[in-house]
Amino acid sequence: MDARGKQLVQQIAEMQEEEAVKLAREMLDAGYDPIQLLAHCREAMEIVGKRYEEGEYFLPELMLAGEMLKAIGDMAKPLIKQDAGGATAGTVVIGTVEGDLHDIGKNIVTFMLEINGFRVVDLGIDVPIRDFVDSIKEHKPQVVGLSGFLTLAFDAMKKTVEAIQEAGLRNNLKIMIGGGQVDETVRNYTGADAFGLNAMDAVSLCKQWMPA
Amino acid sequence: MSMGSTVSSRSELYGQRQRRLIDAIELREPDRLPTILFSHFWVARYSGMTCREAMYDYEGLAAAMRKAVLDLEPDAFQPVHSLVAFGPTMDILDYRQLEWPGHKGLPEDVGFQYLDAPYMMAEEYDDYLLDPTGFMLRTYLPRIAGRLEPLSQLPQYPGVLHTRIIQSMETYARPEVRRALEGLIEAGEEMQKMRAVQSRLIEELKDLGFPVASHGTSHAPFDVAADYLRGSKGAMLDLFRNKDKLLNLLDRLATLIPPAGITAVKAGGGNMIFIPLHWGLDGFMSPKQFTTFFWPQFQKVLLTIIEAGIYPHVLWEGDCTSRLDVIKDVPPGKCVYFFERTDMFKAKQTLRGTVCIRGNVPASMLIAGTPDEVREHCKKLFEVVGDGGGFILDAGVGVPDEAKPENVLAMYQLAKQCVY
Repeated sequence: MDARGKQLVQQIAEMQEEEAVKLAREMLDAGYDPIQLLAHCREAMEIVGKRYEEGEYFLPELMLAGEMLKAIGDMAKPLIKQDAGGATAGTVVIGTVEGDLHDIGKNIVTFMLEINGFRVVDLGIDVPIRDFVDSIKEHKPQVVGLSGFLTLAFDAMKKTVEAIQEAGLRNNLKIMIGGGQVDETVRNYTGADAFGLNAMDAVSLCKQWMPA
Repeated sequence: MSMGSTVSSRSELYGQRQRRLIDAIELREPDRLPTILFSHFWVARYSGMTCREAMYDYEGLAAAMRKAVLDLEPDAFQPVHSLVAFGPTMDILDYRQLEWPGHKGLPEDVGFQYLDAPYMMAEEYDDYLLDPTGFMLRTYLPRIAGRLEPLSQLPQYPGVLHTRIIQSMETYARPEVRRALEGLIEAGEEMQKMRAVQSRLIEELKDLGFPVASHGTSHAPFDVAADYLRGSKGAMLDLFRNKDKLLNLLDRLATLIPPAGITAVKAGGGNMIFIPLHWGLDGFMSPKQFTTFFWPQFQKVLLTIIEAGIYPHVLWEGDCTSRLDVIKDVPPGKCVYFFERTDMFKAKQTLRGTVCIRGNVPASMLIAGTPDEVREHCKKLFEVVGDGGGFILDAGVGVPDEAKPENVLAMYQLAKQCVY
């Protein structure tokens, strides 16, 4: 990797937002390949993700890394003639279940899954059951993630899982639930395949569920 | 039984219950395991009311609270009106920080939810730091309530003096400002109606022998910054982008926050305050961020409250197991730590001799478990966490709205059998 690329990776990984965004701007202005630039960003995100998994970084760092990625992406993407495409690790449909408006946990899980190469279809918050079913039909994910912070989410998760089953979409689909109050009791109650307490749990579940 | 002896046995019961709680808080063994009833909407649902009804029907909610207290017989109860019954007042104000049942498309029978958003912008730190009260009146209130938008026109009094004060009276007669001021009075009258119902209920339950759990609320400075001022995303980014300003704000908040809660508790004639925490938990911040942005400023709030002769009940939301060694630094026998998912056994090890522990029957168990499971769990908690006193039994964040009545009854009944 060239020196500027290396510096960019380091600045992002070290949370030097102003410097990183400024350097990316300069690189693009000087004709640096935008696809290559985004590859550096991905590399930096892998370092950030690793530090998060190792307990060095926490939510504030993930949030700032996401901001840097967005700022640099917004500069680089218009300069790219065609979508680079590329293989993904798998597809995950995710959303906060009906009635619940919380999204921090869901957003962090989405961010970590994307860093790990998954294509994530994020349906947002307060997602009607119907939307999950439609999205599964459309995107054919391997995994569905149901998020919810409140205890009212338990019933919404259960109903969502039942609707997926009734629509005949439950086979070959893994469902994970996550949120402030989920545990094995809630997993069993909702009929999900697994629960997770943080974004790392979500990543390792998805990895483990991908067909070899 | 004669009337006289009934009254005296009830006032004895009141004294007994108060003593039981104070014994636990001051780390002595009470006669038996104390309990507190704290819940948002379970109380209403237990009487067949929807969440919407709980927020609007003061008398109905009072009957529901009375029934729940009489059926469960806790050693103290958290008056539920102050927690949920503000629907009519929010309608008057066109309140914007909550979504609530039956409002803007939320169903009638779900609880209300806070809308996480920046209510103070990054570039407004200096405005707040210069004049917090002016900022709250002229900028914050207009943002969080449609009816109060015209308060942004209020005079900037530090620069309006002498005869200009007299001239400034013109502001209050402007049609839009007048409407906002009338809104304040209407909202105030509505809130007084609610308070009157709640006060009657508190007196009635006092006569029946049941003390109030806490008479006021306070906050951690970082929670105020993150929840109510900058929004969660803004606050997290400010750890990097506006670190010094954030630290200044947190310092100011550590001084600004306590008086409101202390005044409320003293006005209610009580000696306990409730402090729900949102951002202290494991996983949100690093240990270093916690000891920079959260704990020192919050510790200052706690100490101020304790010095005022009030016992804080601190609800440590989520799992705070990794914080235990830091947060044990408080005067012994003065504080209650109410845990949601923290490892209670580790908490007991670390906090024994310092802090009274409250909690933490899991929400999932009360909603989806069985009475036997609940009893088993409570027994275990009593044996380990209750050892030597210093323990109050409660659910994780109070009784969850969807808890099965038989599970809740099992929990409160079991506590009565846990004798020291």
